[in-house]
Amino acid sequence: MISKKEVNHIAKLARLGLGEKEIEKMEKELSLILDYFNLLKEVDVSGIEPAFYSDERFKESPARDVMREDSVEESKKAKKLLDSVPETKEGFVKVKAIL
Amino acid sequence: MELHELTITQAHEKLVNREISAIELTEAFLTRINKLDKEIAAFLSVFKDSAISQAKEIDNQISQGQEISMLAGIPLAVKDNILIEGEKCTAASKILENYVAPYDATCIKKLKETGVVFLGKTNLDEFAMGSSTENSAFKITHNPQDLSRVPGGSSGGSAAAVKAKECISALGSDTGGSIRQPASLCGIVGLKPSYGRVSRYGLIAFASSLDQIGPLTKNIEDAKIVFDVISGKDELDSTSVEKPKLQTTNYKLQTIKIGVPKEYFREGIEPEVEKVIKKFIQKIEKEGAKIEEISLPHTKYALPCYSLIAASEASANLARYDGIRYGTPNTEHETSNLLDAYLKTRGEGFGDEVKRRIMLGTYALSSGYYDAYYLRAQKVRTLIKKDFQKAFQEVDVILTPTSPFTAFKIGERAKSALSMYLADIFTVSINLAGLPALSMPCGEVQGLPVGLQIIGKSFREDEIFEVGSFFEKLNS
Repeated sequence: MISKKEVNHIAKLARLGLGEKEIEKMEKELSLILDYFNLLKEVDVSGIEPAFYSDERFKESPARDVMREDSVEESKKAKKLLDSVPETKEGFVKVKAIL
Repeated sequence: MELHELTITQAHEKLVNREISAIELTEAFLTRINKLDKEIAAFLSVFKDSAISQAKEIDNQISQGQEISMLAGIPLAVKDNILIEGEKCTAASKILENYVAPYDATCIKKLKETGVVFLGKTNLDEFAMGSSTENSAFKITHNPQDLSRVPGGSSGGSAAAVKAKECISALGSDTGGSIRQPASLCGIVGLKPSYGRVSRYGLIAFASSLDQIGPLTKNIEDAKIVFDVISGKDELDSTSVEKPKLQTTNYKLQTIKIGVPKEYFREGIEPEVEKVIKKFIQKIEKEGAKIEEISLPHTKYALPCYSLIAASEASANLARYDGIRYGTPNTEHETSNLLDAYLKTRGEGFGDEVKRRIMLGTYALSSGYYDAYYLRAQKVRTLIKKDFQKAFQEVDVILTPTSPFTAFKIGERAKSALSMYLADIFTVSINLAGLPALSMPCGEVQGLPVGLQIIGKSFREDEIFEVGSFFEKLNS
């Protein structure tokens, strides 16, 4: 079960603006789904390592082994990437005032 | 034989022998899309002009006597969450409605090098979240076999396009079954490669520990051809690896040990689907295959485990769609602060299912719930992986149904999120374990295709192809 207050809190954390009706719907649906997730509670997981790595090799070898060389090169993509940003100013991504 | 009936190998042969030109081939498919896609709605965009000019280029090469690769001039469709430079890439979401890809995905770059002709981008469930392609912000794709039914999802557009012969082959992505389940529901072949086999650079990320790109094709041979081109290490995706592609030789059906997990025939499966799968297994047993009943004891926990992990990763991956880096800026509320702008852009830009998963993921990762949900799910994932490791000590491949039911009616499952999640009950554990798996047609129930899932050991796609080819011959 999840309360309306919790739904509001999670929506804010997730930066999702939900309408009043959506909140109510979400409360019902999430409760049903979380209820189903509770099935996992019957599994004995004591002493079991979490599988943060879907492939064992990431666990065995230090992360730096899969990183490419840290060399500086000019990216030809910069302009195109900025073109796909909604609002830019003088080559920077424009953000609304925070304060 | 009409041009749209051809497989990759057949079309290649005709191109090389100059029986047909690449332009004729491409035009045959463009005509077909034009004729059929109003009803099927597999495509979100069609690249008429660039497809023709790509085909022309291949014709030039052929006429100059140059040797062309197997995929040169072959018309392909691409799921609209894979980037093709200069073309829109929407992920079937309103929030990316006008997003133009600034670069090529690595798999696209590789395909371009072979001279593939890209016909267009195909429909999907928004951000690949769904099992019916009903969650697209733009249109609902119909199953070519029965237009009142869904094609499956989330790569439903790609599966429907291959089935309707609007392209020879297509690319999809598979996070919990999104290639295999639509392949099953449409009656075609779909491969999810091993985790790490195909670079995801340029794939719009959904759940990064699960996502893989793979082909949807008319037959096994074509799947292998496309797979061979797109796989391999890419320095732009640090999870990709260079593993030798093994070639199985002198493979005999009689020497393969095949496991059939009893848990996949217990609950949730439609009796008629079960009958088709069991009948098929009997048939291969008669051919001399060694069938062994095996157990994957944690099967029933795979779906909640997957849903939790996928939602958690999605909530992080989709944080970037904020109206500042991507999406539509909120110009109506000039005075609003940054938080309000986020709330509005994301609240309006995402569809219901995407919001639901972001909420679930945020909840599972939030302070106080992390241990109970996310961490526990990752531990259960370890147990699911171990089930497979143990089973693969005894058998070479595992056979299961791909989907518990055949193609369902449009609207039938859309009302309840949970009943939609059940569509992936037999496919999600393979992503959790990072294994390769392929779905191929193996029969019908009342005219609707039933898919057989062949699961292989990690990086043993070669064995899946071999076994699949045997089955294909038996079925023809």
